[in-house]
Amino acid sequence: MSVVPAQAVAGAGPRPDDGRAAPLAPRARLLPALAAVYRAQLSRARVARIPLLFVATFQSVGIMVLLRGVVSGGDPARSVVSGSAVLVVAFVALNLLAQYFGQLRAGGGLDHYATLPVPPAAVVLGAAGAYASFTVPGTVVTAVVGCLLFQLPMAHLWVLAAVVPLSGAALSGLGAALGLLAPRQELATLCGQLGMSAALLLGVLPAGRMPEAIGWARDLLPSTYGVEALAHSFAPRPDWFAVCADLGVCAAVGVLSLAVATWAYRRAAAR
Amino acid sequence: MPVCAVRDLVKTYPALRGRRGAAQAPAVRASDGITLDVRRGEIFGLLGPNGAGKSTLVRQLTGLLRPDSGSISVLGHDLVRHPERAARLLGYLGQESTALDELTVALAVETTGRLRGLGTREARAERDAVIDELGLADLAGRALKKLSGGQRRLACFATALIGERPLLVLDEPTTGMDPVARRAVWAAVDRRRAERGATVLLVTHNVLEAESVLDRVAVIDRGRVIACDTPGGLKEMVGEEVRLELVWRDRPPLDVPEVAALGAAARTSGRRWTLRLPADEARSAVAAVTAGPAFAALDDFTLATPSLEDVYLALGGRAEGLVKA
Repeated sequence: MSVVPAQAVAGAGPRPDDGRAAPLAPRARLLPALAAVYRAQLSRARVARIPLLFVATFQSVGIMVLLRGVVSGGDPARSVVSGSAVLVVAFVALNLLAQYFGQLRAGGGLDHYATLPVPPAAVVLGAAGAYASFTVPGTVVTAVVGCLLFQLPMAHLWVLAAVVPLSGAALSGLGAALGLLAPRQELATLCGQLGMSAALLLGVLPAGRMPEAIGWARDLLPSTYGVEALAHSFAPRPDWFAVCADLGVCAAVGVLSLAVATWAYRRAAAR
Repeated sequence: MPVCAVRDLVKTYPALRGRRGAAQAPAVRASDGITLDVRRGEIFGLLGPNGAGKSTLVRQLTGLLRPDSGSISVLGHDLVRHPERAARLLGYLGQESTALDELTVALAVETTGRLRGLGTREARAERDAVIDELGLADLAGRALKKLSGGQRRLACFATALIGERPLLVLDEPTTGMDPVARRAVWAAVDRRRAERGATVLLVTHNVLEAESVLDRVAVIDRGRVIACDTPGGLKEMVGEEVRLELVWRDRPPLDVPEVAALGAAARTSGRRWTLRLPADEARSAVAAVTAGPAFAALDDFTLATPSLEDVYLALGGRAEGLVKA
């Protein structure tokens, strides 16, 4: 991106920005614009993404059924169920959103938003929010099926009401940033897929048996904290401090990744 | 004061590098010192074949692309320094509809209105008005990607109209449209100009459309404005000449000396020859090919007054890429 020196601009021709400049139309305000983007994204997700939501849910339920033979109960069962539930969020929010933004950027679709007076945060948050909300049914179904399969208590499943939006924010922010920053559309898809695979392997498999290096990778992945928070809630006497701490990490990563995604959107829109 | 003033605009796309540093495509000067003024209430056209630099120019006017040098002033605002103001001054119809494809027509129009700063109620009212105006009511509940190319283009045009702006920038608005949809577009454009003094900047590679709807036209070739005038004024530049088209049945009878002489000056495309000649020479050419052995080999011929395409060719533009439909 080149910056034009002021002298070059102020040279020949009619002087810009003199007193006769026409009034500017108002900007779209953040919240109404966010609501409009959210509504539009939710409607396109309903049309185009329902089959994929089924895939995501079946994938997670399938993994739990497979692991039912290996894992009998206790800590490992808790992490299998919570990992599978959060995997639905990773599939939709990280993988599909990275693909969507990659495709939008490659196909020139960002021009539509870039030529409207809309705050970048509204576009990113609206899309991320819609994708995250879209994961709710699949996550709930997976968690309930998991509890039944592994005889875990369902008393504290309400924790999902915090886990889905917070890990959704963290993962969709990451997905949006990947999609907008990847130099090519295929790379955006690849990154989304890899991120989801990481969430699958590092989230579903019980942490205790992993080599140390993989344990660090697990700590770096934002979905891990959502998984842990949900796993804590399956304990007979949940450690609410640990749940809150994990959710706090999710929220912090969410704010950070959405900020990065907003920056990435600005960068992609003003080529 | 012009609505839109462009001075010495230069934009070069850098050379693309292939693998191992080998040059894949050279640098392209897509805007090569463009200067033009668009006046208030005008329908101003940019005419040229694909790759002439029209869309690059339009993307700079809409703040999507930053020029290397030069100035752009729209309604008194410096868009080189403040590209983000473009969205608050003009409505833009680009060539892509990716962002809207999976939405219904009604939701695409309403959402765009909300993002252009309208309140919920205003956006709904304007949505209904624009959809009725363009005759899209029957399609309002269908997703854009389920529509035909022309219908989708019309729906995108509706999104450019909602949330009124004093300047509309339309990049090939009627591509793929049937005559009914085209009429709806031009009627909507005319109404905005007559009732609200709107100005329209329009990209086209369709010669007939340019002749019938534009007030003034800038002919663009290889990033330069090679002429800028009313369609009539441009045609007067080549007013002495007429266009003669000859279509041969099989192969041209080059053994007839008159035909051989014409062949040297003709632009050939398959069995069709196109010639631009002064009127008297054209008359004698017609006399020559409608007699004797030449006439036996002739399938069809037309003699026409110059079109903008002839202007374009006479000005040294490349022949290919202009549409005459």
